[in-house]
Amino acid sequence: MSEFTTWDILRNLLLSARWTILLSLTAFVCGGVCGMIVLMVRTGRASWLRSVAAGYIELFQGTPLLMQLFLAFFGLSLAGFDVPPWLAAALALTLWTGAFLAEIWRGCVESISKGQWEASSSLAMGYLQQMRYVILPQALRIAVPPTVGFSVQVIKGTALTSIIGFIELSKASTMLTNATFRPFTVYAFVALIYFALCWPLSKASQALERKLNVAHHGH
Amino acid sequence: MSLITVTDVRKRFGDNEVLNGIDLEVEAGEVIAIIGKSGSGKSTLLRCINGLETINGGSITVAGAQLLADDVHLRALRLKVGMIFQQFNLFPHLTAGRNVMLSPMIVKKLPEADAEPLAREMLERVGLAQKFDAYPDQLSGGQQQRVAIARALAMQPSALLCDEITSALDPELVNEVLAVVGELAKEGMTLLMVTHEMRFAREVCDRVVFMHLGRVHEIGPPEEVFAHPRTPELQQFLGMVQ
Repeated sequence: MSEFTTWDILRNLLLSARWTILLSLTAFVCGGVCGMIVLMVRTGRASWLRSVAAGYIELFQGTPLLMQLFLAFFGLSLAGFDVPPWLAAALALTLWTGAFLAEIWRGCVESISKGQWEASSSLAMGYLQQMRYVILPQALRIAVPPTVGFSVQVIKGTALTSIIGFIELSKASTMLTNATFRPFTVYAFVALIYFALCWPLSKASQALERKLNVAHHGH
Repeated sequence: MSLITVTDVRKRFGDNEVLNGIDLEVEAGEVIAIIGKSGSGKSTLLRCINGLETINGGSITVAGAQLLADDVHLRALRLKVGMIFQQFNLFPHLTAGRNVMLSPMIVKKLPEADAEPLAREMLERVGLAQKFDAYPDQLSGGQQQRVAIARALAMQPSALLCDEITSALDPELVNEVLAVVGELAKEGMTLLMVTHEMRFAREVCDRVVFMHLGRVHEIGPPEEVFAHPRTPELQQFLGMVQ
């Protein structure tokens, strides 16, 4: 068995961190699209569609992400679909992210005063036009800080995908520990890398919150 | 035929009967003030006329467009009748000019090159041509309300509904808004306004509607309604406000 230097450990962790970042980005972008669609349905006019969206959100918020990953990976395999770990991971994280973002954004949409809906209705705008031109431009401004804040949860959520065999930062760290018997070094590095990814986002979220509060009059 | 026809309109909020069979005909070019105590259903009636509230019975027609619950009919109705709100409800993320341009552009598909001169003309009409690029929070309440009027006018409605449009204004700002409304009345715009400005109602309106307990309790020209109230309810109401 070859010897691992500390540099080897760090190098391999950093290489695997690329997959953590890629998975996070995929989940965040696809989850954002998914969340936007769910948001439109959730706040839309058709009541049965609203219930479907509410059910989806409750299902994904009310079950552990780990179970969702298991179901996406093992469940789909049992159903006859041969899903590679990366696809199952991306799928489960996307649906999970979509549910949370839809709910965060719904709060922002509902914080826009009823008068904005009524004024735009009285100008003969339809629902999608009201959303696109009146409500969302105001709501998304409020939504930026909590959305950036939630991206931290997505990054940390990717760690769970190691369970289904997707080799990202956490899975790589377990493998490296088994190979080197230096758990403390390995996990210390891993924690540092996660921190380096998440901390700037947390800070950015706080800064944006301050800025949007102060710059209430900036346009 | 009347421009606005309201026939036996009923509206309930839960067990609370807010409108109890309203009949009202408004001719084109008429200016009508709706007065009455709070809770008498004045605002609800206006909100029903452009479909912001669904009605539980009766019918409403504006310039041939009937109030029905589906989107297509609602939008057809709202193209005929504009509304001004107590709280202005300008879009805070858009400039005054953009507030006025938005709906003609996206609802009527007017090209931007035509919408901009239209918006300038409408702002000119309410005396705010120089505020085209100002955001709502840079304007006084009276100016915001005048932009809201310009925004409604830009859709070229057959009638305007005004829901207590001066009630949220500081006293010194009331007159600039009333002056604009007075001009519109002179130009022949059909106006249906819920108001507490009795002097204005007396001077500008063709007819005054006194609402009481969800009904049209008295209706007539202002001289008659204000000088010779027939019912004790109107006498009492006028005694309170004058």
